[in-house]
Amino acid sequence: MRELKLMKGNEAIAEAAIRAGVDGYFGYPITPQSEVMETLMAEKPWETTGMVVLQAESEIASINMVYGGAGCGKRVMTSSSSPGVSLMQEGLTYLAGAELPCVVVNVVRGGPGLGTIQPAQSDYFQTVKGGGHGDYKLITLAPASVQEMADFVETAFDLAFKYRNPVMILSDGVIGQMMEKVELKEFKPRWTADYIEQNHPWATTGKKKDRAKNIITSVQLEASVQEAFNHKLQNKYQQVEENEVLFEETMCDDAEYLVVAYGSSARICQKSVELAREKGIKVGMLRPITLYPFPTRQLQERAKQVKGILSVEMSAGQMVEDVKLAVECKVPVEHYGRFGGSVHSPGEVVEALEQKLIGG
Amino acid sequence: MSDINTIIKPENIIYKKTDVLSENELHYCPGCSHGTVHKLIAEVIEEMGIQDKTIGIAPVGCSVLAYNYLEIDWQEAAHGRAPALATAVKRLMPENYVFSYQGDGDLAAIGTAETIHACNRGENIVMVFINNGIYGMTGGQMAPTTLPGMPASTCPAGRDVSHDGAPIKISEILAQLPGTCYVTRQAVHTAANVRKTKKALKKAFENQAANKGTSLVEVVSTCSSGWKMTPTKANEWMEENMFPYYPLGDIKDE
Repeated sequence: MRELKLMKGNEAIAEAAIRAGVDGYFGYPITPQSEVMETLMAEKPWETTGMVVLQAESEIASINMVYGGAGCGKRVMTSSSSPGVSLMQEGLTYLAGAELPCVVVNVVRGGPGLGTIQPAQSDYFQTVKGGGHGDYKLITLAPASVQEMADFVETAFDLAFKYRNPVMILSDGVIGQMMEKVELKEFKPRWTADYIEQNHPWATTGKKKDRAKNIITSVQLEASVQEAFNHKLQNKYQQVEENEVLFEETMCDDAEYLVVAYGSSARICQKSVELAREKGIKVGMLRPITLYPFPTRQLQERAKQVKGILSVEMSAGQMVEDVKLAVECKVPVEHYGRFGGSVHSPGEVVEALEQKLIGG
Repeated sequence: MSDINTIIKPENIIYKKTDVLSENELHYCPGCSHGTVHKLIAEVIEEMGIQDKTIGIAPVGCSVLAYNYLEIDWQEAAHGRAPALATAVKRLMPENYVFSYQGDGDLAAIGTAETIHACNRGENIVMVFINNGIYGMTGGQMAPTTLPGMPASTCPAGRDVSHDGAPIKISEILAQLPGTCYVTRQAVHTAANVRKTKKALKKAFENQAANKGTSLVEVVSTCSSGWKMTPTKANEWMEENMFPYYPLGDIKDE
């Protein structure tokens, strides 16, 4: 029985979390994502699934509550928007260093600083290059619809536990605030204590007599031990890069030009592709769904076919660096995008394509 | 001279290291209070039979490696964040016992917000607070609890209250909050004080069993390395200088 509902992206995150059997949500209000916690508080999942929902005193506290919950093998998450996610960077590097699975949602707004509450995609570098210290990576999913906001909650938890690594859902103020039809999944039960003990033997569930104590930590005082641990992390990231790349292509088969865009920018560029084709320009779009791991190989393939690539993001040009690295100067790569809270129109993207790649 | 093996018999045992303490050699300096407090927590856990249910949250500071010494599950937190971790662990596993173990810089400087709000929410946890008035691990810098005039590497002429403010009496602040049920200040420099601290720790864990809210046990401690004194001199200095500013005893017991 399909259950359809008209929801905001932020509401979809909350509803999907309850239905996925998430154990805990810890958050702090910030526009434009406050509906996540508001929806959870209104739904009162502690009365139905037993999910814990707690408003923390800061994003620093909420990400550290996530650390505590994740350390117990529980499925825990938080959400915030750019300035709040900046505060979480300490927690994220500790989570990565302690190899703890969790899900963090960033409904990105314009910066730098307090910036604007309007949507942006200017946290790409912070997310995929590691905003905190040390050599670590966040697996990053970029939803482009309210449906994907809902679907990616479970996908993110699956990846987080598969690799024992934090996963970021990098959304933006458009996807968070807009309303769309969503098909909701059925309720899944939360993991039992027995399930956690059997499947996550590293979790701090209380030291039983038949096992050694479990220690969740990221401190390795010996340099050689720390180096070996870093190699282990790098091997894990290599596995992620080999196995978990997700992308979607639109009208790429005969494309002479390629637009690369993710999230709400990809939604806009769908229309840009239509408009360009109406003008006789053969454009296709590659939408990275995972920003880390990045669809490098697919871009390399498409670079053999197209005359130029336009990276379209609501930033001053961040993902464009990864596009350039992927295509290794084999074709021209340009950036276009409005930023600081402004959103480009489909027509502006076509104009940029003509000016920067075709007309030039 | 009788053979030692004729004395080592079960019926003659009057004191035994608890199995909750590991066999690992402590890395702490001579005279340090951490080892004693670790032992007391381990004994309380054993006596209450909660070894398989207790989760410790270790701090950043000298006791960052506390997890090497107690045979329980542990999480090691970022500096100051132990109360946030403890909050989630306890809320997600309410049948378990959770305690944080923090020093003065961790609990009363960088983690003040996490400390105050965990206490204000009345999180049903135990917070063990080691107050030695100095940053030990980083090499003797000024702490939020460094006494007026007390020298430290970042105030070599002694803490200047007009410049750095007065040392913070965080336990008195936390006792103001409705969420705390028990706030006490103890020491472990004499046998009598060790016994009192153990009683305080036991009460704190029993409060958690009774779901009473946050219990905070402050232990005024020495840091002979950071204070640049012999252990004996450090104990004397603590009695003469720390206790007048941080008087021992229960601050709140409800």
